[in-house]
Amino acid sequence: MSLRGVRKAYNTGTSIETEVLHGIDLDLMRGEFCAVMGPSGSGKSTLLNIIGLLDRPSSGSVAVCGEQTDKLDDRSLTRLRGHSIGFVFQYHHLITAFSALENVMMPMLGAAGFASDAMRERAAMLIDSVGLRDHQHNGAANLSGGQQQRVAIARALAMNPALLLADEPTGNLDTRSADDVFSLFRKFNVAHSTTVLFVTHNPTLAARCDKIIRVVDGQLMP
Amino acid sequence: MFSRWTPFEWIVALRFLREGRLQTIFIIMGVAIGVAVIVFMSALLAGLQTNFIRRVLSAQSHIQLLPPKELTRPLRGLPDNAPRPGVASVIEGAVVQPPLQRLKSIDQWQALAVQIREMPEVQVVSPMAGGSALVLRGSVSRSVSLNGIEPEQYFRIVDLRDKMVRGSTRLTGTDILIGIELASDLGLDAGDKLRISTAAVVSDPLTISGIFDLGNKGVNSRSVFMALHTAQGLLGLPGGVTSLDVTVHDVYSAERVAQRITATTGVVADSWIRTSAQFFAAISAQTTANRAIRFFVALSVAFGIASVLVVVVVQKSREIGILRAMGISQGQILRVFLLQGGLLALGGAVAGSLAGAAALALWQRYARNADGTVMFPLVLDPMLFAVALVVASLTGLLAAVAPALRAARLDPVVAIRG
Repeated sequence: MSLRGVRKAYNTGTSIETEVLHGIDLDLMRGEFCAVMGPSGSGKSTLLNIIGLLDRPSSGSVAVCGEQTDKLDDRSLTRLRGHSIGFVFQYHHLITAFSALENVMMPMLGAAGFASDAMRERAAMLIDSVGLRDHQHNGAANLSGGQQQRVAIARALAMNPALLLADEPTGNLDTRSADDVFSLFRKFNVAHSTTVLFVTHNPTLAARCDKIIRVVDGQLMP
Repeated sequence: MFSRWTPFEWIVALRFLREGRLQTIFIIMGVAIGVAVIVFMSALLAGLQTNFIRRVLSAQSHIQLLPPKELTRPLRGLPDNAPRPGVASVIEGAVVQPPLQRLKSIDQWQALAVQIREMPEVQVVSPMAGGSALVLRGSVSRSVSLNGIEPEQYFRIVDLRDKMVRGSTRLTGTDILIGIELASDLGLDAGDKLRISTAAVVSDPLTISGIFDLGNKGVNSRSVFMALHTAQGLLGLPGGVTSLDVTVHDVYSAERVAQRITATTGVVADSWIRTSAQFFAAISAQTTANRAIRFFVALSVAFGIASVLVVVVVQKSREIGILRAMGISQGQILRVFLLQGGLLALGGAVAGSLAGAAALALWQRYARNADGTVMFPLVLDPMLFAVALVVASLTGLLAAVAPALRAARLDPVVAIRG
């Protein structure tokens, strides 16, 4: 993953134009496990959204899995995002109409159009790997915060993405649950060489990452 | 768990509807009430109109062909009556009186009847020799309208067999059918004899073979029926007829067919639509009112579905953002919400059709005339239900377009942030 001169401004062309990222250059190698730290409002989430192809930079270029994304249309971006990038958000955001297992199946179902036994088996394996085999048929709303975050991690890994983006995934968890969740990220990072970008305010967890990226006022600090 | 045969969009749409169970039930009920009203009103008004038309047209033909009227041809200012450029035609100063309309036959009516019978829209062609006459019974007389008919043809237009109160419809050369009022006025019954007097002759005694009731006091006291050749003799029209009565398969096409007959044969043809213009206008107004009511009910159903889906999109915006983040395309999101609109409408249409059918069955059972007979028969046309289902589903899909587009175009970043 590579960012070159990425800038992001809101309300472009108006008197209240605000630039939140000021020319970011960043390279991440396959299998790297990076913590992203910085104060609130420094541009961490915006950076993550741009890397995750949810948002486009105002200028600069983004390459994911070797593919330049500047010229891609929405459909191609969506496909690339679906196949190469997994997201875990602070508020886990499971789809409450589905069970834990079904939530994990969703990315695969969306990509293939129809359910299959292979999908079901992979979702069950992922649910098992996050320690929720006994809860796989529970409705998403009936799980605890920590359990929901584990399901969200399993879902993010459903398509076996090259890049896993986690936006403060432990922010709402107690210390023990946060530690468990971090260990899961590390486990998948080692097992599948998944590149992980892990936004956190927790210096203890950040210290356990391979690399720490600090974002201050929309710029990367050394 | 997901079925392997169910597409992604159907799975998500059905789950979203199931999750918002109460909301789903309420909007389905709303659609159902709208569809039930449309089904009930359509069937009721169709039954009512059919009944009106049947009652009116069961006692008359759809088209009547008449001989051309006698016209006065005034002398013109120019000897050859031909218009010339720059020279006005001037009617002479003489007073022009309208001519007497003598009873006369349609020219070449047999050939004309054959020609009209061959038209695909035409059902029956029946010749009639009709005119004024007096019924004589002792010292009492009554003026009547004399109708000479060919029973086997005429009874296919006006089925007197259903309207006989006494006697039979037998019409030999010496038989006559009279109305119940006339029979009452003259103290006559089936089997009695009477004479008919016209301007030309007085008949030999005729036997009353039957007494009918056409449901109209005036007609029952003024109309008599006899065999065509008997009437021709009495009216001084040997071999001639004064009108050809025609029925068509589609009563609403009568005017069009009449115009075609006039255009191809040159004979004056009057359709029931023209001769009963006020009645037809009332029927048309009723149809228009029915259409307007159906349109506005459908519109309110559409807005109901649209408003519910707009709320669902707002409620689900974060989940839509998550779906977009995990690689679900705008097209898939669009289809999820279109399907919800279609399914809500289809569910409502099925429930509404059943409710409408039940209401119609109750109407049929409890809405009775004073004598206990059915007020008018209602026909539960399967096509009405099929059309209601299809139109409601399409309305639901259309109503869902705006909310679905809004869902598909949601910015995932904004949606996830909430």
